[in-house]
Amino acid sequence: MNKLLATAVAAIALGSAPAFAQPTDILNASYDIGRELFEAENAAFATSGATVTVNQSHAGSSTQARAILEGLPADVVTFNQVTDVQKLVEGGFVAADWATQFPSNASPFYSFPSFLVRAGNPKDINDWGDLARDGVQVIFPNPKTSGNGRYTYLAARAWAVEEYAGDEAQIEEFLTKLFNNVPVFETGGRAATTAFTERQLGDVLITFEAETLAVANQLGTDKYLPVTPSVSFLSEFPVAIVDKVVDNRGSRDLAKAYLDFLFTPAGQEVAAANFHRPNDETVAAAHADTFPEIRLVTAVEAFGGWDAISAEHFADGGLLDNVFLNQ
Amino acid sequence: MAQKRSKHLLPGFGLTLGVSMLYLTIIIVLPLLAMLLKLGGMGWEDFWRIVASNRSLAAYRITFTSALVATVFNGAFGLLLAWVLTRYSFPGKRMLDALVDLPFALPTAVAGLVLVTLFANTGWYGQFLEPNGFKVNYTQAGIIVAMTFTSIPFVVRTVQPVLEELQTDLEEVARTLGATRWQIFARVIWPTILPAFMAGCVLSFARSLGEFGAVVFIAGNLPGLTEIVSLLIFIRLDEYNYEGAAALAFVLLLAAFLTLLLTNALQAWQVRYAERSR
Repeated sequence: MNKLLATAVAAIALGSAPAFAQPTDILNASYDIGRELFEAENAAFATSGATVTVNQSHAGSSTQARAILEGLPADVVTFNQVTDVQKLVEGGFVAADWATQFPSNASPFYSFPSFLVRAGNPKDINDWGDLARDGVQVIFPNPKTSGNGRYTYLAARAWAVEEYAGDEAQIEEFLTKLFNNVPVFETGGRAATTAFTERQLGDVLITFEAETLAVANQLGTDKYLPVTPSVSFLSEFPVAIVDKVVDNRGSRDLAKAYLDFLFTPAGQEVAAANFHRPNDETVAAAHADTFPEIRLVTAVEAFGGWDAISAEHFADGGLLDNVFLNQ
Repeated sequence: MAQKRSKHLLPGFGLTLGVSMLYLTIIIVLPLLAMLLKLGGMGWEDFWRIVASNRSLAAYRITFTSALVATVFNGAFGLLLAWVLTRYSFPGKRMLDALVDLPFALPTAVAGLVLVTLFANTGWYGQFLEPNGFKVNYTQAGIIVAMTFTSIPFVVRTVQPVLEELQTDLEEVARTLGATRWQIFARVIWPTILPAFMAGCVLSFARSLGEFGAVVFIAGNLPGLTEIVSLLIFIRLDEYNYEGAAALAFVLLLAAFLTLLLTNALQAWQVRYAERSR
């Protein structure tokens, strides 16, 4: 009898516990090289008076999207690719109008594929065309497993489209040469940086400007030199609330407060200090010295939008596969 | 009833078998079934297009040849290691014995990173190998090294107990009958350990086929050159192409299954052979 009673009490306690508990933490599922940025953002968020703990999870953003579709309870996503948020929309996890729920296409800051070369720039690399030269070794992550790598492909193609006035044969020849100069395809952005800096592989690393500036800043400009190409491809870092999860956990207000913070001057300041270009004009003006001028093309201008890019370039058997298989 | 029970040392055959089968179903059969169901959404034509594309064929070739070479290495050195560990006693033997299991305990990604560092042109091995034109990192040799590292315990650990059980009287009898050392090995020892050795090699091969963590760090991952099947599966998943991933996984699974089947057949033949020659 006593045992039965104890079991019943335990069952009630267990069953009712979640109903009383208000979440005090949220999970931010983010991309591979966003680790340091979001550590800094979370610290700043905490000092702004927020009482919520933000847990971080980092991996390739496609991997993160897949994990959420399969049950990772992330309250918010901060990705480096629009297409991965779009997958969450298709899966019914994120509202279709996510891009209008926050300013600047729901992208608090932006970056673009840029170059990092070794001190003195011994191979004289200044623009995309130099990367296809014989004897130049180029390091960037596998576009098949990394959003970072996909941006590199798109940026190189955007340059080639202008350079060769849209001649597809010449564009593909350039891209094939560029890909042939890659000695190793790391699976993620951070792994590519490690290959270039730790294992001294290659003459030039292509990754987000945020990473090239951070590496040069951290490891010394006497060893590494950031090089900004003439044109690159706008890389947005979309953020979104995962409706299915926040409705379940009752954490919508916390999630929204966190993402809103990223767009405030304080949040923008942290982004700029971590070499992500802020969208806030005042903050951007204050950091103008850090960020060289560059012309950026967008997904819509250069390729007719993300849906077209997914279908034409990244689908199995698409244009990217042509370049890969021409090797 | 009472009589039936007395036949078995352990009671409750029905219950124990039931629990074991349930566990096996939940842990192994259902996940495999779920993978096959993922295939269900695609037609034969799509399946064939994915598993027989040039890129997939290259990946099979690279994966299978590397696993084969790794298995040959492990067969030779695993056997030697098992032999030394069972037949001799020397200082540090227990340490060596424990060391054999380390590749099982170590996360394979860590193994991959360590190997890359060792074979880099500044690393302990690479500084001597690369100037002599032998490049390991980002070549197929790297894949083989990674596979060899992660699968060597299989051979050692399957051969070792059989060697330990092996009675030395048979060898002594052979010696008194005038058999040479080589004859003793070829006629007495080898036939006894062959089934276990084969089993170890097959496990090592099957494990190498599926190895991912250690290989992606050292392989370079260039399509058609150093891209293994597991990475291609990972790539298909990142493209949200679950069916394509399942199709490739099915090919790997089938290969592993056929290899196991082949060993079973070999073992059956081996048993018949041993009985005939007795």
